[in-house]
Amino acid sequence: MKYEAVVIGGSAGGLDALEIILTALPADFPGAVATVIHISPDSDNYMIGYLDRRCRVTVKEAEDKEMIQPGRVYMAPPNYHLLINSDRSLMLSAEPRVNYSRPAVDPLFETAADAVGPRLIGVLLSGANQDGSRGLRRIQENGGLTIVQSPETTRAPQMVQAARAACSVDHVLSPEAIGTLINRLFG
Amino acid sequence: METDIQESRDIEIDLLLEAVFRKYGHDFRDYIRVHVKRRIDHRMRVSGCNHISEMQHRILYDRRFFETFLQDFSINVTELFRDPSFYLAVRREVAPVLKTHPHIKIWHAGCATGEEVYSMAILLREEGLSQKARIYATDYHPAVVQQARAGIYPIDMMKEYTGNYQKSGGRRSFADYYRADYDSVIFDRSLRDGVIFADHNLVTDGVFGDMHMIVCRNVLIYFNRNLQHRVIRLFIDSLLPGGFLCLGKKESLRFTGCDHLFETVSDSEKIFKKRLFDSGDRIRRDQ
Ligand SMILES: C[S@@+](CC[C@H](N)C(=O)[O-])C[C@H]1O[C@@H](n2cnc3c(N)ncnc32)[C@H](O)[C@@H]1O
Repeated sequence: MKYEAVVIGGSAGGLDALEIILTALPADFPGAVATVIHISPDSDNYMIGYLDRRCRVTVKEAEDKEMIQPGRVYMAPPNYHLLINSDRSLMLSAEPRVNYSRPAVDPLFETAADAVGPRLIGVLLSGANQDGSRGLRRIQENGGLTIVQSPETTRAPQMVQAARAACSVDHVLSPEAIGTLINRLFG
Repeated sequence: METDIQESRDIEIDLLLEAVFRKYGHDFRDYIRVHVKRRIDHRMRVSGCNHISEMQHRILYDRRFFETFLQDFSINVTELFRDPSFYLAVRREVAPVLKTHPHIKIWHAGCATGEEVYSMAILLREEGLSQKARIYATDYHPAVVQQARAGIYPIDMMKEYTGNYQKSGGRRSFADYYRADYDSVIFDRSLRDGVIFADHNLVTDGVFGDMHMIVCRNVLIYFNRNLQHRVIRLFIDSLLPGGFLCLGKKESLRFTGCDHLFETVSDSEKIFKKRLFDSGDRIRRDQ
């Protein structure tokens, strides 16, 4: 199989798109998925439980030092950055906000790009800021595949616009089409 | 990045960490690799070094540059009453036990700029424990220990901290504990009575004996499993039987190989209690 993992980032409106993508994945999806959606520092785990019930893949909060596994979706908890080590273990970090946010998309994308290289798919979704551009560019530089949500399907297009200015992304698609493409790439 | 380049970079990082250890005695070799890489990348970007080896050269020959590097590694993000529910749990689950002792010793390991220490000092005072408490507040980074000792914090954080304090079960007026001075606040000097501030590196320094409670929050996440194990052993040797160990919200004993030596007091707040003397363990350790 060409790909091993998918990283997904988003902000305002990103959660809705994420839900569409994740519900498209089958229970035996052979990749691991790690996600950062900007959330307020004191939000609870409601979203994770909700997505887990709605999806066939398992959706859980990322825990420090756990190893990523196929068919699982790891979501960054509020107030911590999510990073991936080259041995495929996750790390949570309380380092300062990046792009005014913690968790932020760039730390996840950059570390995943270094760890997983060409076997990584990076997906950037709706959002009203510039987080994720640097990370997506790094994914491309390291040979991974880059996908962004098509601006007209986003609630806020700034995030994907910034990413398209920063690198020449491979695919610009609606959330439904992103789900289909990921399935095909892992099929 | 090609694996070949990746491999060369890994070698450069090994050599850099080795150089830092041999020259300055700070040992980052067992910190989580991805964290180390990010800190190095960050310093490379701001300092304009093109290669890690170039940075190594500057670190070896320029102590001031090393100090900025040390600052990069010390992620000293902290808050007063950070995670209020933790302090609430300390009030409810730990304070009643501490009250039964004639005197108590508490160690804040990795206290950063001290917010956690003043939070605990306030809590102890409100629980009527401050007269008999001694607090050891340590961090490996001398500059932050100095700030901790000063107890001066930006005034614009006080609204948030007051909220934290109230959520932690505090019922007094938080403003009684500090005095405003332009854009800073200075915490009441008397909160420092019984607090000893000191430099201490968890990787290379030794035991602080006979502790009733060790608070080490958001430090172990930067260590690999091997180093986590070593530091938890250090805590075990520093704690009295029945002593409390408090970790950060996202930390656990799960990967340290030491979880059997503790009971869980609060799973969600990561408060553990060292089991009473376990002779089997002592024998195993002495071998
Ligand atoms: C994120 S702060 C945690 C501050 C506070 N305990 C809290 O939870 O809010 C981490 C602190 O650990 C310190 N630290 C890192 N490595 C250390 C070591 N080997 N020994 C002692 N302190 C260390 C850093 O300097 C930093 O101040």
